[in-house]
This record gives sequence, structure tokens and C-alpha cells, in this order.
Amino acid sequence: MAAIEILGLEKTYLVGFWRKRPKRALQPLHLTVEEGEIFGYLGPNGAGKTTTLKMLMGLVFPTAGSARILGREWTDPEVKAQIGFLPEQPYFYDYLTAHELLDYYGQLSGVPGKDRKRRVEEVLQRVGLTDVKGLQLRKFSKGMLQRAGIAQAILHNPKLVFFDEPMSGLDPLGRREVRDLMEQLKQEGKTVFFSTHILSDAEALCDRVAIINKGELRGVGAVADLTSTVQGRVEVVWQGTLVPASMKALGAECHVTGDTVRAVLPENQQDAAIDALRRERIRLIAITPLRTSLEAYFVEKMQVETTPAGTGEKLQHSQTAGKIS
Amino acid sequence: MSRIVYIASNTFREAVRDRVLYNLIAFALLLSGAAIFVGQISIDIERLVVVNLGLTAVSLFGVVIAIFIGIGLVSKEIEKRTLYTVLSRPVRRWEFIVGKFFGLAGTLVVNTFFMAIGVFGALLYVAHKFSRPDAQILVALYFIVLEFLIICSLTLLFSSFSTPLMSAVFAFSLFVIGSFADDLRGFAGLSHGFTRWFATGAAYLVPNFSALNVISAVAHQHGPGLQLILQNSLYALFYTAMALSGAVLIFERRNLK
Repeated sequence: MAAIEILGLEKTYLVGFWRKRPKRALQPLHLTVEEGEIFGYLGPNGAGKTTTLKMLMGLVFPTAGSARILGREWTDPEVKAQIGFLPEQPYFYDYLTAHELLDYYGQLSGVPGKDRKRRVEEVLQRVGLTDVKGLQLRKFSKGMLQRAGIAQAILHNPKLVFFDEPMSGLDPLGRREVRDLMEQLKQEGKTVFFSTHILSDAEALCDRVAIINKGELRGVGAVADLTSTVQGRVEVVWQGTLVPASMKALGAECHVTGDTVRAVLPENQQDAAIDALRRERIRLIAITPLRTSLEAYFVEKMQVETTPAGTGEKLQHSQTAGKIS
Repeated sequence: MSRIVYIASNTFREAVRDRVLYNLIAFALLLSGAAIFVGQISIDIERLVVVNLGLTAVSLFGVVIAIFIGIGLVSKEIEKRTLYTVLSRPVRRWEFIVGKFFGLAGTLVVNTFFMAIGVFGALLYVAHKFSRPDAQILVALYFIVLEFLIICSLTLLFSSFSTPLMSAVFAFSLFVIGSFADDLRGFAGLSHGFTRWFATGAAYLVPNFSALNVISAVAHQHGPGLQLILQNSLYALFYTAMALSGAVLIFERRNLK
């Protein structure tokens, strides 16, 4: 069963004070997210990511279209007992302590009293807030608030978790912890749908990604398929700052960084490059085939011209086939 | 139902932890205390002055608290996005509004209780004992609570579509106009044509706070009868239900951008 089926959701706002004019925030969106996968929803700021999430959460009403979440209508309030949501840059009731906040959200999610007490302690420990659970949230740093936000999203043990820019405001260690947490959620069989504009996070975490820009879906694909495309070039890295002349003769583009040299050259020159390094008694560190990065794919999709009718049909086909459109 | 109770409890907790609330209560109690002083220099009418001033303080400060807290109940939650993590749970929008209403109403009932203790304390200080007519003060306090219920529902109604500042302006204006509702009805009866039609419509549309104000009568030991108690109760409940329904209808359709 699909965890999320978005069936042509679209949103047009009326903007302006006197003469209202329509502004389309999201073109008809067709997207399917399978159960148990980590799905990245990528796009630059203002692309329509948050609008999509808000519509799925029932915070914003779509102009047209519908969606199904965990096999039920997305407007069904009972569906919400099985989903968790972390908004972008979350802000909570700052007069509450972290413990009180989670207890309140547990009550609203229908977690029974006995389980709630245990779950609150568990998630506080999971996000590393146990030591500050009695502190009012107004004294929390941005990173701590983000952790509290993640805690409230997973508190009621949801089957499906939506994270809107979950790494926002976190330091490198915090980001790493969130990545680990998302992987743990996947291992627990949960579906994770998260929006981000940080491509390295998406590449490290996601099974599949969708790219959106200016309210239009530009592409959907499996990250493994994307990054497995070999470009016919290899990257050779060796120790030192010396670039042998024979290496340049092979057509390598060399870059010296600190005490290592990185050279990119055609794959068929790989053996000749190794021989050249061996002759100069240079220590080889690595040879890696160059693959298409998510960044390259993202940039390519950003450059695609907007089509007025949307890309729904083409993308649905691509999802079924598990390939990149 | 339980979700309404949880939202109401949290609203109550928010109000209780708001320092501004204590400033207002302290000020109201101070005013009740001042009634003692004014009472002492008002020969033979100490009771009248204490009851009048004390109950007016309870009413006015309660209205200020209701408006001050009520105007931010919905708009502040939207502005600060705290609403997102509430409505993304199995909470219906109407449950949120009704929960907020009961939370604010509960806060005001508790405030009224403590301020009433201040009034009775002041009365005991000047009169040295309670007399039978003092029980009528309880009826006046009950009417004040009914007044608060209407104010709460109106601030919630305004808060569901307007900014806190505009909500405060609307709510306070309605409170002032409603306090002169009887005069407005009198004016409507004397006027003609469009003015009569307009004044009559306005008189019946605005909340009739003058009917709920029996402070002066109670101070003069002319307590309201059972019929007025019943009428005012039904009126306040009906008006509150209507305003609350309006708030729900607006909020159910609102996009939380």
C-alpha cells in the first residue's frame, strides 16, 4: 500500500489588496510515496514544498485535487493519529517545559496516560533532551527547539512522519543525529517524507526524491538510480603536491588541495595514470568512478522550462518504472 | 470531548503563567482595597461604596483580561505557528476553538473567584459582619461571569479572522456599545424611518451588557429577581453560542498560511 498518494493537489492564492489576482503556489501535483521509504522533497526556497506539506496536514485547503494517506482520505482526522509532523522552524508554547509540551501533544494524539508517560521519557532520551526536560521552552536554543519538534513528531509512534526542513538550525552534530534518527525510523518500518533544500542530506538519506520548483514537479527518481550513472570518467587521488607531466599528457584536470592532488580523467586512461604515478613513486590514495550526483540532477531539473499543464502523467510513469524522469 | 478538555487546560495554564494577568489582578485587588478607604470617608454609605467600587473593579478588570488574553488566542497561535503541531493531530478545528473558549472562560471564573474574595473581605472590613442582602452580591458576580462568557466568545470570534489589535478594538467597542444597549433601545424607540430601523437592529445585535449590570441595584440592596436571572442566563448562553459558532465557521474555512 502507498503511504501517500497525492492526486492532483493544487493551490492558487489570491494576492493583492484591491484588485485580487491569482497566484499559483502549486500546480496539479501527482506523487506517490511507498510505505517504508525515506522520501526527499527537494526544491529551492519558495518552490512549494511547505505549501504541499500544509495541504497534506489540513492547514491549507487545496484549490483542487485530493490525497490519500495510509489508504484513507487525507481529510479524515483519524488518519492524523498515525502521522507525525515537524513544521519548518517550529515554535512551541514557550511557557511549557519540554516534558509538559510532549505530554500535551500526547494527550491530543490520544496516547493513553500510562503509555504517554513512558513514551515522553523515551522520546526525550532519543532526542537528547532528558537533562533539560524541566526547562521552559522559552529558554531553549534553536537547535534544542528543533529537537523538541522532532520529539513531538515521533511521540505517538506514527507510521508516517513528515519533516519540513528538519536540519534547519542544527549544527553539524545535530544534523548527523537527525540523519541517524531518520534512518532508525526507516528501520522501524516507518515512512519518512521530508522536505529540504540541502542536497547532501537528501543524497545520504533518501530512497527516492522528488524535485519541485516554482510550484511544479520537475522530476521523481530513486537516488540509487540517479547516482549509479557513471559518466565515463574517473577521479584519481594521490598524496603530495607533485603533478607528473605524463599525467597532464593524459588529459587529466588536476587540482592540488593541501597535500593531496585530485585528477579527473577519461576512464580509458585509468591504467596509464596508475603507471605514471608508479613510475614517479607517488603514493596512490584512491581511484573512484565519477557518478552523477544528486546536485547535478537537481541543477538539471531546475533549468527545465516550466510547462503550463504540469508533468503529472510523465512523472507517474517514471515512478511506476522506478526510473528518473 | 477529552481533546477540548486538554486544550482548555492548556489555555488555562498559559493564562496562569502570564505575568500580565497577575499585574491586572493585583491592580483590581488594589482597587477593592481602595474601596475600603473611600468607604471609610463616606459616612453611612460605606457598604454601598465598597460594593459598587469592588464589583465594578471585578467587572472592568475581568473584561480587560478577557479581551487582552482572548484577542491572541487564535491569531497568536497562527502567527507563531504553534497551531500547526496541534491541528496536524486528530484535533478538529471546532474542538480547538471550543477548547480555547473554555480555557479562557475558566481562567476568568477563577479570577472572579479570587477578586470576589477581595470584595467580600473589603465589605467585612467596613461592615464588620455580613448581612442577608450581601448574598445578592453573588448574583451580581454571576451576571459578571455571564458578561465574561459573551466577551470571551466575541474576542474569539474577532481573533479568528482579525489581527490582535483590531480584535481588541472590535471587542472593546462592542463592550462599550453593549453597556449602553438599553439607551440604544430607548433611542430606537424615539427615532423614525431609517434611523429607527438601524438603531433597533444595532440594539438587538450588540450584546446587552446593561441588562447584565446589576451592580448598582445590588449596592442599593435591590437584588434581581429569579426571572431576570433566568432571562440573563438564557440570553448569555444563546449569545455566546452564536458568537462561538461564528468563530468556528470562520476558522473552519481559514487557510493557515
